[in-house]
Amino acid sequence: MNLTNFKFEKDSDGVVTLTWDMPGKPMNVLDAQLMDELDAIVDHVSKDETIKGVVLTSGKDAFCAGADLTMMEGAGKQFADAVKARGEEAAMKEFMDQAGRGSKVFRRIETCGKPWAAAVNGVALGGGFEITLACHYRVLADNAKTQVGLPEVKVGLFPGAGGTQRIPRLMATPDALQFLFKGDPWKPAKAKQMNLVHEVAPEGEIVAKAKAWIKGGGKAVAPWDEKNFKTPSGKIFSPMGMMIWPPANAIYRKETFDNYPAVKAILKCVYEGLQLPVDQALQVETRYFAQIMRSKEAAAMIRSLFLSMGELNKGARRPKGEPKTALKKIGVIGAGFMGAGIAYVTALAGADVVLIDRDQAAADKGKAHSDALISARVAKGRAKEADKTALLSRIKASADYNDLSGCDLVVEAVFEDRGVKAETTKKAQAVLGPDVVFASNTSTLPITSLASEAIKPENFIGIHFFSPVDKMLLVEIIMGEKTGDKALATALDFVRLIKKTPIVVNDTRGFYANRCVGRYIAEGHLMLMEGVPPAMIENVARMAGMPVGPLSLNDEVAIDLSWRVVQATKKDLGEQAVDPAQEELIRTMVVDQERFGRKNGKGFYDYPQGGKKKLWPGLTALVGKQLDPDTIDVAELKQRFLAVQAVEAARTIAEGVVTDPREADVGSILGFGFAPFTGGTISYIDFMGTKAFVELCDRLTAKYGDRFVPPPLLRDMAKTGQTFYGKFGGKAKAA
Amino acid sequence: MPDAFIYDAVRTPRGRGKEDGSLHEVSTLQLAAGSLRALKERNRLDTKLIDDVILGCVDTVGESGSDIARAAALAAGLGDQVPGVQINRFCASGLDAVNFASAQVMSGQHEMTIGGGVESMSRVGMGSEGGAWPVDPSIAIPAYFMPQGVSADLIATKYGFSRDDVDAYAVESQKRAAQAWKEGRFSKTVVPVRDVNGVTILDHDEHMRPDANMQSLASLKPSFTMMGEQGGFDAVAIQRYPEVEAINHVHHAGNSSGIVDGAAAVLIGSAEAGKKSGLKPRAKIRAFCNIGSEPAIMLTGPVDVTKKLLAKAGMSIGDIDLFEVNEAFASVVLRFLQAFDVDPAKVNPCGGAIAMGHPLGATGAMLVSTALDELERTGKQTALVTLCIGAGMGTATIIERV
Repeated sequence: MNLTNFKFEKDSDGVVTLTWDMPGKPMNVLDAQLMDELDAIVDHVSKDETIKGVVLTSGKDAFCAGADLTMMEGAGKQFADAVKARGEEAAMKEFMDQAGRGSKVFRRIETCGKPWAAAVNGVALGGGFEITLACHYRVLADNAKTQVGLPEVKVGLFPGAGGTQRIPRLMATPDALQFLFKGDPWKPAKAKQMNLVHEVAPEGEIVAKAKAWIKGGGKAVAPWDEKNFKTPSGKIFSPMGMMIWPPANAIYRKETFDNYPAVKAILKCVYEGLQLPVDQALQVETRYFAQIMRSKEAAAMIRSLFLSMGELNKGARRPKGEPKTALKKIGVIGAGFMGAGIAYVTALAGADVVLIDRDQAAADKGKAHSDALISARVAKGRAKEADKTALLSRIKASADYNDLSGCDLVVEAVFEDRGVKAETTKKAQAVLGPDVVFASNTSTLPITSLASEAIKPENFIGIHFFSPVDKMLLVEIIMGEKTGDKALATALDFVRLIKKTPIVVNDTRGFYANRCVGRYIAEGHLMLMEGVPPAMIENVARMAGMPVGPLSLNDEVAIDLSWRVVQATKKDLGEQAVDPAQEELIRTMVVDQERFGRKNGKGFYDYPQGGKKKLWPGLTALVGKQLDPDTIDVAELKQRFLAVQAVEAARTIAEGVVTDPREADVGSILGFGFAPFTGGTISYIDFMGTKAFVELCDRLTAKYGDRFVPPPLLRDMAKTGQTFYGKFGGKAKAA
Repeated sequence: MPDAFIYDAVRTPRGRGKEDGSLHEVSTLQLAAGSLRALKERNRLDTKLIDDVILGCVDTVGESGSDIARAAALAAGLGDQVPGVQINRFCASGLDAVNFASAQVMSGQHEMTIGGGVESMSRVGMGSEGGAWPVDPSIAIPAYFMPQGVSADLIATKYGFSRDDVDAYAVESQKRAAQAWKEGRFSKTVVPVRDVNGVTILDHDEHMRPDANMQSLASLKPSFTMMGEQGGFDAVAIQRYPEVEAINHVHHAGNSSGIVDGAAAVLIGSAEAGKKSGLKPRAKIRAFCNIGSEPAIMLTGPVDVTKKLLAKAGMSIGDIDLFEVNEAFASVVLRFLQAFDVDPAKVNPCGGAIAMGHPLGATGAMLVSTALDELERTGKQTALVTLCIGAGMGTATIIERV
């Protein structure tokens, strides 16, 4: 055998240690060549009578993180090309063969007549876990880095190499479905407890334990290939099955709003597969897998949530040639909710933090926020007491700007007022000089004008966090007109340090995320004024894929803030910049009714003490009309919610605010939860087709107003069917 | 096209559908055979004239499986030559059996047929048959499957019926049923269930709670809250009807149809067949039809099918003297009343399934007999019988006295 990816070593007892170690790659991945080698190995092992069994292990730090997703992203397009070249039927057969390749090879391992044991060190995810499920015995290393899981659903796929069949043959159906739905990995102890693996052993002993199992007479027959095998939850058509399946279908819809075909395919695979012998069950799984691989949801989610996010995290936008900055000590000025959050994530990442506020008490209060957050983690067992002590010791709360001395970067999160910000910049630069990069966490003020207060505007940049800082994964980096490469590189290095995802945008009112979110909330307001029932607005927004309804969201960010923004917008951009219906609604809510949102316990919702929030019953009277819900086109409401944000995103690209569609997409999903299954604001347009999107915009403009008018750029692109990724993509990949 | 006439109708009393119910000891076979035998005996039927027996039955597993209609026909002594077929359209099966039996006559292919139904809910549990609709993701998800109780609560929520509204309806149903029994309005039709020695096992509907009142019902906890909240079905309901903020769970055992055992049979025939048998027709099957309605809210089919049937028959709602609308849940009937704005006194005047129970496969045929008896008692002419159905359907039949 000529093996590239494996080391094949047979010991004196005839037990082979098969060490998976792909040359030139940091991780083992599953690809076509690997399958060929595994096929050859199985042939060899089953024929060679001197071989007693095989221990499969990894020569790398991790076992295997799954299939090569870059390959999968293009599956839909590849298939379309094959259809053109060879016709539908032939292309589909070929595609099915590819989709089922891993499943078939794994099944050959399972039925080759010799026992296979997996000795797993490090993560075994996706196909990397599925190959071990086809082994007859699994030993996991008892260490912190070892985890097993099937995270395929997170990128719009599902475990298509036996995962949907073997998991529910190992665990009770409800547990199996939860494991498959969520895609979260399990630690060794949990995996053992839930019957997914047989043994957990110290890292150095896993291969020996696996060998011992083989030498001890380990059987080369999977439980489901035994004659009297019974699935853990019994037959589907049984009283138990009736308790499990109807709620499982309902909970699928509750959790996904039926927007995630891969999750639905898991249900179908398990339901249909559990009624079949395993070989046919695997065949059914392959059929659904081939269907899901070709789905636009899979293509969109792989691209945005895996590839693009990875590229941005690795510094796709970092200026080349800028040396890596050493960020050891960070200054955070303003210890309010945002500043305190920034201090926490920075200290959590291991850097020292100087947290400044106007007096010691205010600074201490900011630091107490970190104490509360880390204490909660300790209480949940996610951190140790020592971690807490170390983290808090890294934060120095102070009222003295001189303590900023030695900082490698300063982030200010003081009150949103030009004067206050200018003063802060001045005081900090008095201590640090002009060369330390100074960042503002403003969400409303133009960076260019704030930068003019700095001694060197090229060292001034915006780093816009989202609230709550410890939870939100996105950071918007805002380039002022004069912001230089060093500032950008420093800001990106900082974002990478705190393990968040950056997008780089040019200076404009609202930057990127808040512009889109503003449109979303406004659409909810306008629907309300049209007479759409409030519950319908909220529910349909979530059905469209948004995490929170627009009225809830407005209550969270505060309606009086919206009122101030409306005033400011009118002042800066003129009367026509604000929809009078929306303005009237907000005015009535804030000025007449004093309903400011969650903060004063009354907004679009009422917030009874200790009870569940409920839509304020006065809304209908306030609006004065309510449409008959049976006459409302729910599909169109969904389109309005997504299209109004997508067209705004298109405008930001047309205006040069956002320059890379990957950033628009990733930013929209991480920043404001834009329907992840679409791949983000720009993918939503691209997958619909620019032509179809412009037609949709024109239709919505005619019915609902100019906020849907597409920018000329988009209209031009639609003429030739050009996509954003076609026109603006293909930029430098990860640096 | 020949007319189909109703020559007679019988039903068993309804036994509480639990292990302590009086009919629990009686098998599905004996329940069904008893009704068939009663039809034969009291009409002195020449069973050679009977061309088919069609029985509705919903959960057809175990003792009720394998075409219970043929088994019951044989057990009732109708003779080897009388075939039988079991049908299932969930809660309307019994009415569909009457309609199918009528259709055979109207088509001219059969002369005399029996339509009816049977369900021993105490012996064969509800839902024990399984089925794709609630279980298979390929249909449960696109059809927004939810248990009927949640759908009934959704109707109440969407159409604005409060807990007091549904409870008041239930109290009225109990009152009317008690009154009807007191006056002997069911005596023409109800045939007691007897043992092998002829000893009576049950001669009255034993599910009734004539003393139910608003206070006693108020103490009952909603039955479908947990299922709705923890089983995810409230979310399913809301995604189908997003104008609803939260499902108002108003139904409970006291304002939903009772789980009972029972059987019924209706003798249908052409004018010719009646003459041959020396029987006088009691009513004519004027028209009937079926419809599929929105499956998530599921139980609004009576409204849709009634509209369809009236249009088909060239009638208006005002032409109907009496309505039997199955009381699967109080909100189903309240929605019917709301949609047609009919006088509540004309709808279910003898009470309904909330008081007397709903033996799934048999109820439709029972409602035909109740309507017929009541038309005769009051001297009225025309009645419409309708039931809501699982998975979103409706069946309705108009009968008129001759």
